[in-house]
Amino acid sequence: MNDNRLEPTLHELSRPGRVAVTMPAPSRRANIPPELLRDELRLPEISQLDVVRHYTRLSQLNYSIDTQMYPLGSCTMKLNPKVNDAITAMPGFADAHPMQTADQSQGSLAVMHGLQRILAEITGMDDASLAPLAGAQGELAGVLVIKAYLESIGEKRTTIVVPDSAHGTNPATAAMAGFNVVAVQPQPDGDMDLEHLREALEEHGPTVAALMITQPSTLGLFDRNIVQVAKVVHGHGALMYGDGANLNAITGQVKPGDLGFDVMHINLHKTFSQPHGGGGPGAGPIVVKEHLVPFLPSPHVVLDAGGSTLEAGSNRGSSNLHPPASSFALVDPPFSIGRLGAFHGNFAVLLRAYAYISSLGGEGLRAMSEAAVLNANYIRARLRDAYYLAHEERTCMHEALFSAKKQKAQAGVKALDIAKRLIDYGYHPPTMYFPLVVDEALLIEPTESESKETVDAFCDAMLAIAREVETDPELVRTAPHTAPLGRLDEATAARKPKLRW
Amino acid sequence: MTIDVARIPDAPNRRLGDTPIVQHPYIPLTDDDRKAMLATVGVRATADLFADIPAEHFRPEIDLPDALTELELLDHTRTLAARNRTAADNACFLGAGAYRHFRPSLIDPLVMRGEFLTSYTPYQPEVAQGTLQTIFEFQSLVCELTGMDVANAGMYDGASALAEACLMACAVTGRKRIAISDRVHPNSIATVRAYAHGRDIPVEVQPHGEFSLSDEYACLAVQQPDFLGRMAVAASEWGDAAHHAGALFVVAADPVSLGLFRAPAQYGADIVVGEGQSLGVPLSFGGPYVGLFACREKYTRQMPGRIVGETTDTNGRRGYVLTLQTREQHIRRERATSNICTSQQLIALSTAMYLATLGPTGLRRVGELCFDKAHELAARIEHLPGFSVEDDEPWFHEFVVRTPKPPVEINAALLERGIIGGLDVSDIRNRMLLCVTEMNTADELDRMVEALAEVSR
Ligand SMILES: Cc1ncc(COP(=O)(O)O)c(C=O)c1O
Repeated sequence: MNDNRLEPTLHELSRPGRVAVTMPAPSRRANIPPELLRDELRLPEISQLDVVRHYTRLSQLNYSIDTQMYPLGSCTMKLNPKVNDAITAMPGFADAHPMQTADQSQGSLAVMHGLQRILAEITGMDDASLAPLAGAQGELAGVLVIKAYLESIGEKRTTIVVPDSAHGTNPATAAMAGFNVVAVQPQPDGDMDLEHLREALEEHGPTVAALMITQPSTLGLFDRNIVQVAKVVHGHGALMYGDGANLNAITGQVKPGDLGFDVMHINLHKTFSQPHGGGGPGAGPIVVKEHLVPFLPSPHVVLDAGGSTLEAGSNRGSSNLHPPASSFALVDPPFSIGRLGAFHGNFAVLLRAYAYISSLGGEGLRAMSEAAVLNANYIRARLRDAYYLAHEERTCMHEALFSAKKQKAQAGVKALDIAKRLIDYGYHPPTMYFPLVVDEALLIEPTESESKETVDAFCDAMLAIAREVETDPELVRTAPHTAPLGRLDEATAARKPKLRW
Repeated sequence: MTIDVARIPDAPNRRLGDTPIVQHPYIPLTDDDRKAMLATVGVRATADLFADIPAEHFRPEIDLPDALTELELLDHTRTLAARNRTAADNACFLGAGAYRHFRPSLIDPLVMRGEFLTSYTPYQPEVAQGTLQTIFEFQSLVCELTGMDVANAGMYDGASALAEACLMACAVTGRKRIAISDRVHPNSIATVRAYAHGRDIPVEVQPHGEFSLSDEYACLAVQQPDFLGRMAVAASEWGDAAHHAGALFVVAADPVSLGLFRAPAQYGADIVVGEGQSLGVPLSFGGPYVGLFACREKYTRQMPGRIVGETTDTNGRRGYVLTLQTREQHIRRERATSNICTSQQLIALSTAMYLATLGPTGLRRVGELCFDKAHELAARIEHLPGFSVEDDEPWFHEFVVRTPKPPVEINAALLERGIIGGLDVSDIRNRMLLCVTEMNTADELDRMVEALAEVSR
C-alpha cells in the first residue's frame, strides 16, 4: 500500500469479479424494455473480509464517546446506553412499515404519543410534534408555525430578531422561512440587553414576528432577564422562539413554558442521548403552547375519540401513559404547516429518547441536569486561573466558556492549537470559535456522564497544555503529534475541490 | 415524587446533591464527589449553581413515570413492540416510499461500532478520518449510481431532499415557481409545499407527462419510478422541455432501481435526489432514513448540506475534511444555502456499506429479483376473476391492481391471513398499490394469490 494513505478507498480496494455477498439468481430473465436499462454500473467489487476490515480500520481512526471524553460544547456528548440500540432493533419496531394503518401500528404510536406528552411536560408546554428530523428542521417547523399563526390572525410580520451569539441555524432558518433577520447583542454580562431589544422592537415595530433565543444561551449562561424579555416581546405582539439545544442544563430545574416561551425545539440527539452517528440521525421535536397546536406539522399523534382520555396529572406510572390498545391515530392538525419529510419523523430516534427518559424518570432527569451543571462549574473552577474565563463573575450552566486570548497574547497560541494539542492527550477538543461573540472561544461541555476522575484528568491535561504554552509553544502550535494525521490543508480542499473518486 | 428505592435491592437511599435519588447508572458522581466538587467551585449546594433561575419557577413538579431499570425497560418496550403488526411476522406487500430489502449481516456490527455510532459531526478532521472517508466514499457511490458529477453527505430523507432540490433550483435560476409531477409521492409533494411556503414560492402540481413550462419556472420535478411504480420512457423529453424553458430538471430516483435502470444523468437530470432507505435500511416506522442529493458540477456551490473533500496533511498524507463550508449556516448564517446541520450520517454510512457489499452484480440482482417477482405476482393476479393490473406503462416492483372490492376490505381480510396488503390508491375505481421485493418468498406469493382469490369470492 502506498503509505500516503491511511486506508485505501473502496474504489482502490475494488478488483473486477470479487464479491462480498451473493444474491440468489432470478428464476427467469427479467424482461425489461431495453431502452430503460443502464449500460454501466461502476460500484466497488470487494471481498467480504476486505469490506469488514475497511470499515473496522476506518472506525478506529475516529474519536468517539465510547472511546474517550468528548467535551464538545453545545453538542451534549453523553453516554449512549446500549439498551436503547437493543430496543430499536426489536423486530416489532424495526420491521414496522410507515404506511401501515394506525390499528396495525399501535405500539409505535404509543411510544410517539407518550414522548409527545413527556416532552410537553418536561418543558411546560401544551403539546409536541415529533416530525422534525433534526434541530434545524425543528427550528424551521417552529418558525413556520409562528408564520402560520400570525397569518391566521391577519398579521403579516416579516422580521425575526436573533442575538449575535445564536447558533448559525437560527438566522439560516429565519431566512428559509422567508423572514429578515435583525441582530441584537447581549450585554457584557451575557444576558439579553433589554434596552437594545426594546430599541430593535421599536425600530422594526409591528414587523417583528418573533425573538429566537437560546436558553440557556450559547454562552453557557441562564439568561436572568428572560421573563422580562418575554414580556417585552409579547408586548410587541411578537412570539418567543426557544432554541432548546441546551436543554440538558435545565431539565427538571425549570420549564421553559413557565418563562414565556411559545414554541421551542429540542435536540433529542443532545439532551436525550441519541447517539450522534458522525452527524446524525437526530430528531428535533417542537413543543408549543396551546394557541400554536393547530399549526403543528403533519402527522400528529392523538388519542382517538373512542379511546380513554387522560386528565392532566393522571399520567403517573407507565401503565397510565399508555391507554388501552387501538386508541392512537395519526392526524393532520387543522391548520398544519404541512410535512417536513416523507413519514412520521425519525422513529427509531424517538424510541431511543423515550427509552432514555424512561430509564431516568422525573427525578433522574433532575439529577442529570444537576450533575451536568456541577461538572461544568467544576471545570470552570479548575481552569479559571490558567485560561481566560468569560463572564467570570457568574456561575455557568452545563458548559463553560473559556477563551485562549491569554495564550494568544502570550505566545501566539490560538484556541485551535490548544484544541489540537488536546488530541495528543486523548481527548476530543471542545467546541472552538463558537459562540462568535467571544474571541478564541473554547466551549467545554462535560455532560453528567463523566466521572470526577475523568473530568479531573481532562482538567489536568488542559493545565498541562497551558504550561506548555509557556515553556514550549511550538509543541502546541504544531499539534497534534499522535493523531493518525497532522493538520489538514483545508484551504486547498476548498480551492480545488476533489469531492469523489 | 421520589424513586422507589425498595425496587432496587441494596440501593442505599442516598442524596445526590439536593435531590433525593439513588445512584443512577447513567450518572457517575457520588456524594463524596459532589462534596469535593462543590467545595472547589465554592458553593454550598448544587441549587446555588441554578441561582439565576427565577425562584418562583425553580424545580417545578415534573409529572413523569418513575425510572425503569434496564430489565423493566426491556419488558415495557417489548410489550409495546408486540402491539405492532409488522413485516417481521407477516408477509408484506406494502411499499409506497419505504421498501424492505435484504440487509447483509455485516452491516449491523460494523455500523454499530461505537467509533462510528457515538462520534459527532467530523469538525476535527485529525480524529475523524473514519467518518470523513466514509462520507467521501458515500458521495462517490451516489455519483456512480445517479451518474451525476457531485453529491453531498446526505439529507434528512428523500422528501426533504426533493424540497431542498426545488429550493436550490430557485436559487440557481433566480425564479420563483416550482412545477412538480402529480405522480410524485404525495408526502414528498406536501414536503416541497411546506418548504416552498417558507420562501413564498408557489408549487404547481402538473399532470404527469403533460407538463407545461415557461420562463417563470425554476424546475420540473419528477419521480422515477413514479408513485405508482412506473418507469417513464419519455423522461429525456421532459428534461429537454425543462431545459428549453430555462428550468432545471429534478429527478427523485429510487436508488435500488438504479442497479437496473438508466441513470438520471442519461436523461438530462440537473439534480438527482433519492430516498436512501431502500439501500438496506430497516423500515423502523419511517425513520431514520437518508436523502441522497447529487447534481451537476456547475451547481456545486449552491448545494445544501455537508460536503467532504480530499486533501493532504502537513506531512503530505492523504486525508479528508469538511469543505466548501462557506455555503453553510455556521459561516454564512442567514445567507446560507440551507439551514441543515445535523443530518443522517450513520444511515448514509449504512447505505455505503450496503453498496460496497452488494457491488454491481449484487445490486443488479436485487433489481432483477424485484422486477421478476413483482411481474410474476402481477401476472397471476391478472388471472384472478375481478382483478386487473394496470400494465400500460413499464414498471419496476410496484404496480396498481384494480380490485373487485374496496382495498380496505381486502386488506382487512389479508391481515387475518398474515398478509400486509397494499396501499389504497382508489380513485373512482377500487385500486391498490402492491409492492414485491426480493424479500417476498415464493410461498408468500402463493399465499397472496390464494388469499386474494378467496377474499374476492
Ligand atoms: C445552539 C444550537 N442550536 C441549533 C443547533 C442545530 O441542531 P441540529 O444540528 O440538530 O440541526 C445546534 C447544534 O448543532 C446548536 O448547538
